[in-house]
Amino acid sequence: MMTTNSSSAGSSNGRREFLRRGAAAAAGAVVAGLAGVAARGAVSRDGMVWQINPARCVQCGRCMTHCVLTPSAVKCVHTYAMCGYCRFCFGYFDPGAPELTTAAENQMCPTGAIRRRFIEPPYYEYSILEDLCTGCGKCVKGCNTFGNGSLQLQILHDRCVQCNECAIARRCPAQAIERVPLAKWNRMKSEFGAVPAAVWQHREPDANA
Amino acid sequence: MLERRVVPRAGALALIVAAAVSADAAEQRFPKPDFKSGYVQPVYHPPTPARSAVREWADVAVLAAALGAAAWLALRARSRRGLWALSVASLVWFGLVRKGCICPVGSIHNVALALVDPVYGLPLVTALIFALPLVAALLWGRVFCAAVCPLGVIQDLVVWRPVRLPTALNRALGMLGPTVLAFGIALTAAGAGFWICRYDPFVGLYRRSGPAGMIATGIGLLLIGVVVARPYCRFFCPYGVLLSWGSRLSRRHLGITPDECIQCRLCERSCPFDAIRGPEPPHVDRSAARRALVRALWAAPLFVAGAAWAGRAALDALAPVVHPAVALERELRAEDAAGTPDLTWETRVFRLSGEPRESAAAAAAAARHRLRLAGLWAGAFVGFVGAGRIVASVRRSDRREWVPDRGECLSCGRCFAHCPREYVRLGRLDGPMGNP
Repeated sequence: MMTTNSSSAGSSNGRREFLRRGAAAAAGAVVAGLAGVAARGAVSRDGMVWQINPARCVQCGRCMTHCVLTPSAVKCVHTYAMCGYCRFCFGYFDPGAPELTTAAENQMCPTGAIRRRFIEPPYYEYSILEDLCTGCGKCVKGCNTFGNGSLQLQILHDRCVQCNECAIARRCPAQAIERVPLAKWNRMKSEFGAVPAAVWQHREPDANA
Repeated sequence: MLERRVVPRAGALALIVAAAVSADAAEQRFPKPDFKSGYVQPVYHPPTPARSAVREWADVAVLAAALGAAAWLALRARSRRGLWALSVASLVWFGLVRKGCICPVGSIHNVALALVDPVYGLPLVTALIFALPLVAALLWGRVFCAAVCPLGVIQDLVVWRPVRLPTALNRALGMLGPTVLAFGIALTAAGAGFWICRYDPFVGLYRRSGPAGMIATGIGLLLIGVVVARPYCRFFCPYGVLLSWGSRLSRRHLGITPDECIQCRLCERSCPFDAIRGPEPPHVDRSAARRALVRALWAAPLFVAGAAWAGRAALDALAPVVHPAVALERELRAEDAAGTPDLTWETRVFRLSGEPRESAAAAAAAARHRLRLAGLWAGAFVGFVGAGRIVASVRRSDRREWVPDRGECLSCGRCFAHCPREYVRLGRLDGPMGNP
């Protein structure tokens, strides 16, 4: 009972049908060609994910506000291996803090998302409470300015919905958000690795590779 | 605007950042502590991506299965109820579970970028998501639109009291789709981003999160969609334009009647998308028709040239809005002229980088050149499509029955219930019901 458009006879219809079939074959070839182009692409068998390059990030704060998700998929993450366990942590304390206690007015973090825990004199452990962090980057700026730079902003991939075009990549002033193959998604600050200065450059696609 | 107010306050700190970072970045300022208390450093484990390679391939398999099911329901089972159920399933899976991204509509950008930029890798999965519905359209018509597309099904489910639009309005709005397609591709090709995705009206609803404008547009389109059936699909969707081409060439296509048209005209007004075409009276004055065709063919090149010029002018004017390099150059120049540097993050990061000022100007000039060129081609394409439609509208038709317009029919199957032959097929009606 498969139905098609019933057609009436006639030579003009036969010619039209012939042209239609020819065009259909050509369109099929175009689609196949596109698939070929895709299959040829080197990088591309994997899916791609968005990721912040911490070497470029300038902590402008737009990650907090421009992600399509509310709250943002970007949060602060802590590479403990790079941390100096400072007593006076510039990611934790506001530079103008009246006293160095854990009172809210002394903290850099507007949401109190950093937990400070005494380890042994003079060391304190700092950890991020992910549910409270808004990804504003204030602590990252403090830590990168005066400390070891163990705090960084990163896109958390259990939250990120992998938009076709990342809304914060579009608004990032430093081109710090890159599309990387799924296989290389876990690119954190390396342990005691060099952190080059943020370099502006015209966005080149191969910078992502 | 917000950034402009915040930036000067943070300016001093940023200068310190620059000085500190560039001075000596390779060494840690504070050594790794030597813990005596036996404290073990925790290790941060980043969360695994929600979207793995396995799941992406599963998405492709589900898409292929859904297309096959839609084709079977529309062409063989002829079940509107089945298509409705599949629509609901697609809404739940592609929309609410997979959150509407990546979809074939947006994949136009990925394909376009891969074609103009040899370095950009088009993932195979994305290429398949782009190609599968087109292949399905070449085989069976727009079955993707019928019950699979997450943007389409959400609108299809709210069609309640469809009205018929005046023909002129319908035709004018019908030119928006090709325009969105052409300029969406042009902007991507010129390096200005994925604008079709940016103005995707429904993805915010599927994510249950998004900018207020996006959510409001989505809800607004759904409200309009109660009376003007599937407005995004018919008038804006760029992928629908590609599918309509494929569908025009399709190997098979859904028919209103299961076997033969008995010219009863009961289906005439059943289509909420105005996609049913009836027989046209033969032209009385054939020479007048021929003259109209000749006039249309003469006007076509002028139409194409005018549209190309307009497209070039449009993208040239929009360059500072759509392209970040052009916007940066404009802001740098404005700041230089006013003597107030570093008002925005973009200009500040650029100046911190130490790049020569000329490199920004060169990047902006190159971007503007590419935008003009892309606008020229996009405009020409829109003009070509428009001219083609004008020529087609004066061409003599030899239709003798009521048939779906293969380009515009979304294969939703609403017309089945209006055909008496369908009831004969189902055995609910007996009697001749033959050709009168």
